[in-house]
Amino acid sequence: MGLIEKFLHNLKAPRWGVHPDDHKRPAADAPLRELPLPKRLYIPLQQHVGQPARPIVLVGQTVLKGQLIAEAQGNISAPVHASASGRVVSIGEVTAPHPSGLPLVAIGIEPDGLDTTAELTIPADPFALSPAELTRLVAAAGVVGLGGATFPSSVKLALGKRSEVTTLIVNGGECEPYLSCDDRVMRDFAASVIDGVRLMLHAMGAREALVGIEDNKPEAIAAMKRASATFPEIKVRPVPARYPMGSDRQLIVTLTGKEVPSDCRAADVGVIVNNVSTANAVHRAIRLGEPLIRRIVTVNGGAVWQPGNILAPIGTLASDLLAFAGLKSEPARIVMGGPMMGAVLPHAKVPIVKGTSGILAFNEDEIAAPEAGACIRCGTCTSACPMGLLPLEMAAQIRAGSLNGAEALGLADCIACGCCAYVCPSHIPLVQYFSHAKGELSEQSRSRLRNEATKRLAAERVVRLEREAIEKAEAAARRKAERAAQKAAEAAKSATESKETEAAE
Amino acid sequence: MTHNLTLTAPPTAPHTLAANSISRIMLTVAATLAPATLYGFWLYGWPSIFLWVITVLAALFGEALCIKLAGRSVVSALSDGSALLTGWLLAISLPPWAPWWIGVLGGLFATILAKQVFGGLGFNLFNPAMVGRVFLLISFPVQMTVWVAPLPITAASAPGFHDGLLIAAHGIPSMDAVSSATLLGFAKTELSRGIDLLHSLAGTNAPGIVLSGARSGSMGETASLLILAGGMVLIFLRIISWHIPAALLAGLALPAAIAHGIDPTRYLDASSHLFSGGAMLGAFFIATDYVTSPNSRIGQLVFGAGCGFLTFVIRTWGGYPEGMAFAVLLMNAMTPVIDRYIRPRILGRDWRGAPLDPATQKGKS
Ligand code: SF4
Ligand code: SF4
Repeated sequence: MGLIEKFLHNLKAPRWGVHPDDHKRPAADAPLRELPLPKRLYIPLQQHVGQPARPIVLVGQTVLKGQLIAEAQGNISAPVHASASGRVVSIGEVTAPHPSGLPLVAIGIEPDGLDTTAELTIPADPFALSPAELTRLVAAAGVVGLGGATFPSSVKLALGKRSEVTTLIVNGGECEPYLSCDDRVMRDFAASVIDGVRLMLHAMGAREALVGIEDNKPEAIAAMKRASATFPEIKVRPVPARYPMGSDRQLIVTLTGKEVPSDCRAADVGVIVNNVSTANAVHRAIRLGEPLIRRIVTVNGGAVWQPGNILAPIGTLASDLLAFAGLKSEPARIVMGGPMMGAVLPHAKVPIVKGTSGILAFNEDEIAAPEAGACIRCGTCTSACPMGLLPLEMAAQIRAGSLNGAEALGLADCIACGCCAYVCPSHIPLVQYFSHAKGELSEQSRSRLRNEATKRLAAERVVRLEREAIEKAEAAARRKAERAAQKAAEAAKSATESKETEAAE
Repeated sequence: MTHNLTLTAPPTAPHTLAANSISRIMLTVAATLAPATLYGFWLYGWPSIFLWVITVLAALFGEALCIKLAGRSVVSALSDGSALLTGWLLAISLPPWAPWWIGVLGGLFATILAKQVFGGLGFNLFNPAMVGRVFLLISFPVQMTVWVAPLPITAASAPGFHDGLLIAAHGIPSMDAVSSATLLGFAKTELSRGIDLLHSLAGTNAPGIVLSGARSGSMGETASLLILAGGMVLIFLRIISWHIPAALLAGLALPAAIAHGIDPTRYLDASSHLFSGGAMLGAFFIATDYVTSPNSRIGQLVFGAGCGFLTFVIRTWGGYPEGMAFAVLLMNAMTPVIDRYIRPRILGRDWRGAPLDPATQKGKS
């Protein structure tokens, strides 16, 4: 790049965000490896946003690779398939890939190593199918957003169709440091990704697709440009490497200039974002009839011996992946996802799910976090925040116990990207404040709703009791009156009778 | 209600942090001040070195005392470098040959009353160094306005180590012998004697703007160009942003240029304003203090422009020839107001915080 070009490039670069050391190579350049079938797979029923799937297999049953083992329930849900052929050995709780370490129901499968595949249905020409039919096939394959949001893809496609979305944005940003699974997908399976993009365009009825790829992945950009050369509706657009470029709202504004209003979804401004790995999964689902049962996971971090990308069946334990890549030292922290937003795993016996982009094993040096100091109001957090918030002011409000004050400053718009905490020279755990406050606020609104409901029920009860009391009183009065009348009648009757008897005598 | 989140919650993202720290920032700022300070040492000799050392030590001592009383770790508090920087900035804004107790009182006042009483780093409303300087100026106007003409340390007539100690201990022996006026002070006195600027500045003994800095003033005043260079380095390193310095210098230069254009006999020209009386030091090192300046970019522009304009007003019509310290303090007081009313725009919302209209966004492409 010439000096002038570089200058122009810097001018165009967004002013938000941070530029962390990306640590992507050498892992990104290592050839993709395939994990040998693990001894056990634990396939969680909830790997997506929405309702968990309902198991339809029994313990002891034999399943085929790709066989439906849990079906979607409700409007927003996704089915789950067996990632390998074998025997169902358990349906029970495992540790969830979440820092809380809360249990999650998963189907345990002991692979038989035969990889017998369930019968596949492959449409001859998917472009001859109606968009609705195509969307149904995507739903049946259990495809969800692989970028980490894990929103069921079919729901998104249907939403795109309904809201007449014109532009599909394909997210190849992969802005999180350390991760390179999307990079690898684009380099190794560019043609599949482009085919998946075309299928999604068809399913949504969208006009064009913009593929945004951070400019720190020149190989992926070249591969994708080559693969999309014959499809004018698909445009590959390099974007500046800047975290969090892969966040929907940031990528949309960078590629199209459109800002998604804070109370709207992307579809409301005519765009929908899908990840490149999701496009690849759509391609496999439609063209190969293969449901979403495997994905590429980046295994990286200072404690890893051979960092790289590994193709693994869904349900593989993180410990199996780490053992395969080898550990140099006992990891000081294991994280699922990227270092900026990923979740700490309580231990490595946690299954990878559809949304797992990476398993990172950090050593002590990498996670060294100096003690938090006082806020010096340096404003670094403010200039880093990609949402234009004032992290320091929000944190001050939260510290002072004023959650509403933080809300008024836009807490709800915070995407928890971690830029502010990353740059803070005082090492204040800002994101921790924000997640805490968000949790507290949603708990408050939940309990407010609950209280309102209780109050309403109590009020109704009072009214009901009053009504019943009145009714009772009225009924008693009525009965009394009836009884009195009866008595009077009887008295009258007996009087006449006695008179009659007297008369008879 | 306070939350001690770090103790209870499991470690959360981000799991990686930028290699940045308060002490790194403060020490970098100090490093960019060093060339100007060393040059000042050379110009004003041993007395200025003693005064600098005394002032910095007093500031550190004041800080340490308060931290100790509060029962916190003195070493970790001092190692953030903020007290060092406060003392340093104060020292180079003093008359270089001021007696030792000026430095002591100023340093203690700055860290104890202007900073720790407010709750320490991050909680002070006013810039501690400038509070110290204004306190000294009001309490000891005589000592604070005696300036000496530069007498390079290598010159034969310059006070040696021993004489330097004596000057620092007792003040300047025979003031008239060495004292000299600063440009701003000279202009003000002459104007008040009814001599207009065209005549007074044309006089033989008039101080001019000497870009090499060889003229009377504080250390941070005379070495304007070195201060400017240091400030540029800070901007380049992204430790400060350009907003406050640029707005400040513009806020000072524009009204000065206009006034000078209207009546050059009464008003100094813009470059005299820019290169004298600590304008550069104020623009790059004082007004940009994180704690006491606004945190949105637009707020910083308003703040900087306000500092510059007030400096011009005080210099021109106020009772003191030098207005930077007062101007910064006045704008410090405005900072909470500026921060309240000027906030960055949230993505997806308009300036007032209402969600954007989806229809207009949809139309864009
Ligand atoms: S980055 Fe940290 S120290 Fe600086 S203003 Fe934000 S919270 Fe305060
Ligand atoms: S975590 Fe929230 S406040 Fe912090 S930078 Fe990201 S969006 Fe802004």
